[in-house]
Amino acid sequence: MWIYEKKLQFPAWVEGCDLNIAKLLFAQYGGPDSELSAGLRYITQRYNMPIPEAKAILTDIGTEELAHWEIIGTLIYKIVDRATPEEMIKAGMGPHYIQHGRDLYPHDAAGVPWTAAYIQAIEDPITNLHENMAAEQKARTTYEHLINSTKDRGVIETLSFLREREVVHFQRFGEALRLVQEYQERMKHYK
Amino acid sequence: MKIDKERLAMLKEIMALDFSALELNLYLDTHPRDQRALALHNEYDRKLKELKGIYESKYDFLTHKNISECPWEWIKDPWPWEIDYEMGGK
Ligand SMILES: [Fe+2]
Repeated sequence: MWIYEKKLQFPAWVEGCDLNIAKLLFAQYGGPDSELSAGLRYITQRYNMPIPEAKAILTDIGTEELAHWEIIGTLIYKIVDRATPEEMIKAGMGPHYIQHGRDLYPHDAAGVPWTAAYIQAIEDPITNLHENMAAEQKARTTYEHLINSTKDRGVIETLSFLREREVVHFQRFGEALRLVQEYQERMKHYK
Repeated sequence: MKIDKERLAMLKEIMALDFSALELNLYLDTHPRDQRALALHNEYDRKLKELKGIYESKYDFLTHKNISECPWEWIKDPWPWEIDYEMGGK
């Protein structure tokens, strides 16, 4: 089970009211390579992992992704909280304002709603772990695009933290992949 | 939402310690026999438990798993997304 802790993983902050970056941040809230996709993908894939190391890493990284989802939500909330509807409409957030007001909603930067079609679980642990490693790289690249799109020091600092986490996750999934391959190699000899 | 300086400093220290413990947790998932990492994890975990206890008795619950006075203390503002973290990690 899960339990909520009344704190963020990182002290997310924003300097000003960059509504353009708020709109783009939805890429990581409800886009294909978003924190939501990452979290649900890993937590969904863990059930048939053959070794305890892999069950643990999928559970723990999946959980951490949901904490990152909360950080992205916090950044958007903090920016939009300071804006008027007119400002939102002027910054290209009109469609979001009309349909969701200042609430968050899992859609991407262009307003496309999140779908489970973004993620896969196909039982083969080698295949699943490769998908996860690719997902971490895609998220890292998305963060780099986002960091290049704002001058807000708070947003940049917070996104830099999240970008580094993708690098660490990629590393841990790579280790899990190697451990699974070694396990499968060992099992062959017992047949 | 602004919270008092002392509380914010303690909260940020808890967040930093918790992050260190989590980073070691992930590392240990794939290196379960690394004794140095394990010792470090256990040290952070001990410090974290102590600091969380102080924070919870002084300011606010971090989880609902606490003994509360009336009214139910868990619902107290501010929630994590509302807090002004004042320049974040600095
Ligand atoms: Fe990640």
